[in-house]
Amino acid sequence: MKSLKKENFSQKDMKKSLIFWKKEKYDKATHSDVNKKRDFTSISGKKIKELYTPLDLDGFDYLRDLGFPGEYPYTRGVHPSMYRGRLWTMRQFSGFGTAEDTNKRYKYLLSHGQTGLSVAFHLPTLMGIDSDHHLSQGEIGKCGVAVDSLADMEILFDGIPLDRVSTSMTINPPAAVLWAMYIAVGEKQGVSPKHISGTIQNDILKEYIAQKTFIFPPRPSMKLIIDTFEFGSKEVPRWNIISISGYHIREAGSTALQELAFTLRDGIEYVEWALERGLEIDEFSPRLSFFFNAHNDFFEEIAKFRAARKIWAEVMRERFRAKNPRSWWLRFHTQTSGVSLTAQQPYNNTIRVAIQALAAVLGGTQSLHTNSLDETYALPSEEAVTIALRTQQIMAHESGVANCIDPLGGAYFVEKLTKEMEEEAKEYIRKIDDMGGMVKAVEFGFPQKEIADSAYKYQKAVEKKEKIIVGVNAFQMEHEPISTLQIDESVAKQQLARLKEVKKTRNNTYVKQNLLDLQKAAENDENLMPFILNCVKSYATLGEIIDSLKKIYGEYQEPITY
Amino acid sequence: MTKKKIRILIAKPGLDGHDRGAKVICRALRDEGYEVIYTGLRRTPEEIIIAAIQEDVDVIGLSILSGAHNVLFPKIIDLLKEKEADDILVIAGGVIPEKDIPKLKKIGISEIFLPGSSTQDIGRWIKDNVKLKSL
Repeated sequence: MKSLKKENFSQKDMKKSLIFWKKEKYDKATHSDVNKKRDFTSISGKKIKELYTPLDLDGFDYLRDLGFPGEYPYTRGVHPSMYRGRLWTMRQFSGFGTAEDTNKRYKYLLSHGQTGLSVAFHLPTLMGIDSDHHLSQGEIGKCGVAVDSLADMEILFDGIPLDRVSTSMTINPPAAVLWAMYIAVGEKQGVSPKHISGTIQNDILKEYIAQKTFIFPPRPSMKLIIDTFEFGSKEVPRWNIISISGYHIREAGSTALQELAFTLRDGIEYVEWALERGLEIDEFSPRLSFFFNAHNDFFEEIAKFRAARKIWAEVMRERFRAKNPRSWWLRFHTQTSGVSLTAQQPYNNTIRVAIQALAAVLGGTQSLHTNSLDETYALPSEEAVTIALRTQQIMAHESGVANCIDPLGGAYFVEKLTKEMEEEAKEYIRKIDDMGGMVKAVEFGFPQKEIADSAYKYQKAVEKKEKIIVGVNAFQMEHEPISTLQIDESVAKQQLARLKEVKKTRNNTYVKQNLLDLQKAAENDENLMPFILNCVKSYATLGEIIDSLKKIYGEYQEPITY
Repeated sequence: MTKKKIRILIAKPGLDGHDRGAKVICRALRDEGYEVIYTGLRRTPEEIIIAAIQEDVDVIGLSILSGAHNVLFPKIIDLLKEKEADDILVIAGGVIPEKDIPKLKKIGISEIFLPGSSTQDIGRWIKDNVKLKSL
């Protein structure tokens, strides 16, 4: 009895022991100069202590801070069964060349066990211009698949039943138009909009902040997005109407914390605009989804994902008074970090991708894209993309990590990081609230400046070798060039021929009328989705539709700073 | 006599919006004492050449990650020749397959810096080569 009591150490005892251990054991063992010089900060520059103990979790309350999976505040996951019920969706982002080329790649990926599609459009489509625009020269089919009109979309999904796959489309300012094309293809296959599922990225705020694919100024862009919220919640109930993205913010150079904070504040901004339109919080919120980056710093990333769920649940329940638990869920897609890949010794990238993907899974992602080893050079080859998909399959089926829900929950280090991430993100969110919201903050250039500063700081740290990148500033060696995917110029020829044919064979009077109707609806501030649907169904091109809207909304000019 | 500062135009041709690298390089070169002008995103070859001539630069640094380099770079070089401004050194960086590099150097791109290049190396290259040219 006595000895049992002795084992019940008090906090005071623990503190005393820790101080002793630090001074007498740890400090002596790390006495050498080499250790003093080593950098113990995360990739985001956050100081990491030598050891975490129960003392770091002072005031920690299991039910309040973690709870059970599928229960508020969802720190441990949004679903009660997580990967035991269903593995994450393995969703490789792909698209290149013509719609025929990409359709073939989709069928290949589906036949190899991929479970969802993710469309990469070429840059002219992302920018809302047609392949025959002068700025499209050299770009056709390069960064993704060329889509100018419904005719291309029909080929892209030929033989792929839209009631049985879910499709994610990375498209932002022209999202409403590409979504309308997808809905139209579904209808042609006999699938009602009620039965299609997928996601449009549709997140314009992070475009001004980071990725820079913008067309209209912020306010009309926000209006268009709320149109899709309104339309989607009534007509396309299984569709995720937005993927609020931190990915690009991180790729542009932010820290993990900035990625988390800016993304969640973007989410708050969309909710506020939707409420202002008069939408019911619980009507659209369950269809909001998120998209994060998985970078190299393993534990920092896991903490970021866990904190994201917790903050969002609280924001939705407390700030916006959402009643439906589904509105509290932060569901997210993850992509491994593109900027972390190196051109030097490219095969090493498979290891980076595996570590990052593991962080995403331990962080409880709903779907995952793993990058290919050759992406610092070009779009991935079929071989590289297969290795990337296999990485996920090995993790899912061989590693055992999917057996247990939130396996790192309770670890002193992970819980402390999660808590700090949460508190610091809330601080940023408050700061942006004080500026008057994210649209205002973007207009001030606040997040842009924060990110540029972080990117510059990181680059300097790499050049001073405070941060080591294997093969780049340490362990360098020569390597043979690897073979990469080549998109030849015949793609452009084919695409231009098809576009010409579409413009010749459609009913041009009808197209013109539909475009005028759309323009008028924009002037009258109506919901534009039904008008855009009419336009695409008559084979009006993407460029024509966007041009009509540019006449009303104007174009955004970014202030040139660095 | 004060030595004239080397003037550099960092330009973004192509439709991609990836400006992290371009901006980091602008800032690093400025901090090293160069005069740096940044064009902003999505500039046509014509716009880039006009800016280079108006700003009287010694070097144009092209940053592109869209894959359109094989079409846009030759246009830029041709325009420079046409305007008799081909004394300006042109360098480039971004997502560029290794097998495209020899071709691009042959048409007149002096150097290509792949991902992982240090801003110090780029600065050093500029200093050495602009000096060499003015000898």
